Amino acid sequence: MAFARQGDRSPPGPHFVYITLLCYTISMTGVLAHIGSFLNTVLGTQIAHAAEEGAEYGSSMHVVLKAEQIGSLFGFPITNSLVMTLMATSILIGFALYFRKKIGMIPGKLQAGVEMLFEGVLDFMTETLESEKLARVFFPLIMTVFLFLLVANELAFVPGVGSIYIEYMGTDIPFLRAPAADLNVTLALAIIAFMVIEIAGIAVLGFFKYAKKYVNFSSPINFVVGIIELISNTGRLISFSFRLFGSIFAGEVLIIVALFFAAYLVPVPLIAFEVFIGFIQAVVFSMLILFFIKLSIMEPHGDKAH
Amino acid sequence: MEMESAQLFAMAIAAGLGVLGPAIGIGMIGGKAMEAIGRNPEASDKIATNMILAIVFAEALGILALVIAFIIRFV
Repeated sequence: MAFARQGDRSPPGPHFVYITLLCYTISMTGVLAHIGSFLNTVLGTQIAHAAEEGAEYGSSMHVVLKAEQIGSLFGFPITNSLVMTLMATSILIGFALYFRKKIGMIPGKLQAGVEMLFEGVLDFMTETLESEKLARVFFPLIMTVFLFLLVANELAFVPGVGSIYIEYMGTDIPFLRAPAADLNVTLALAIIAFMVIEIAGIAVLGFFKYAKKYVNFSSPINFVVGIIELISNTGRLISFSFRLFGSIFAGEVLIIVALFFAAYLVPVPLIAFEVFIGFIQAVVFSMLILFFIKLSIMEPHGDKAH
Repeated sequence: MEMESAQLFAMAIAAGLGVLGPAIGIGMIGGKAMEAIGRNPEASDKIATNMILAIVFAEALGILALVIAFIIRFV
């Protein structure tokens, strides 16, 4: 317990709670990155393999659907999006370590900003989940996903991403690639979100009550509705991962195509738009997790008239 | 038709037709949300949040079509 030592001096105020949450958030981000690299290895998707042949007769624009391998570590492939994921993670961890030292009872500009952001999100979650306790339980995860995606998406617009090339196995490959433009990263996040949503429902409602939402024999209509809900729940995995992957990847391709046709001036407003899209997608991804958690912890229909 | 030109046509059709539906949907969502805000300006915060959520659901379908178009072209 890192804050226990400091807590001896004074009772833990709201700052301590936020700092613990921030550390929590940051450590979970590290876990995400590792899961991403693991998935990269295990779930080498069908798309990934097929893209290699396709790249040969592609145009002069460098558009590849999968993250490309730029090296290997102990037999695990290192892809260019993994490098970027680790960069985003280390930026967040570095910021947390720096921020931790600067914390005081009288907040500076930076601390006030961070507190405002965290408090705003926590208030919004409390309003949505209608319980502060639950909001505090799910806050670290949702904030992690938001911060990670925000940093990862905006980092993709730093000069050098996609333009610095590295040679591996005789071909030139971009050294950096936006993390969310790799289906493995978004799929890892989607699986985490899916598990959290289902487990939240079971933990809050209890197993049998939660199962009643999906398997319900009270009437034929309820049974069919339950089955449809079950299918749509699984479909979230696809929509979660493809939404993020698609919008970030499509944005990249859009900028590349615009650069190909008219360099210098035309891509600038498009890049500004993509910066906005990156922010919106980070908000949407974390907000959807929140709303689906809310849906899954609601009482099943038919129990109470509302 | 050659394979490559067929691919180009397929990509254009997939992207173009696939985006049509979500475009209509997003337009309707935005229009209805504006109408709702006009009727009840105090609820604009709540309406805007839900509007963005609904737009994202519609947008996901368009992006799905776009991803399929990319797969046709580049895979």
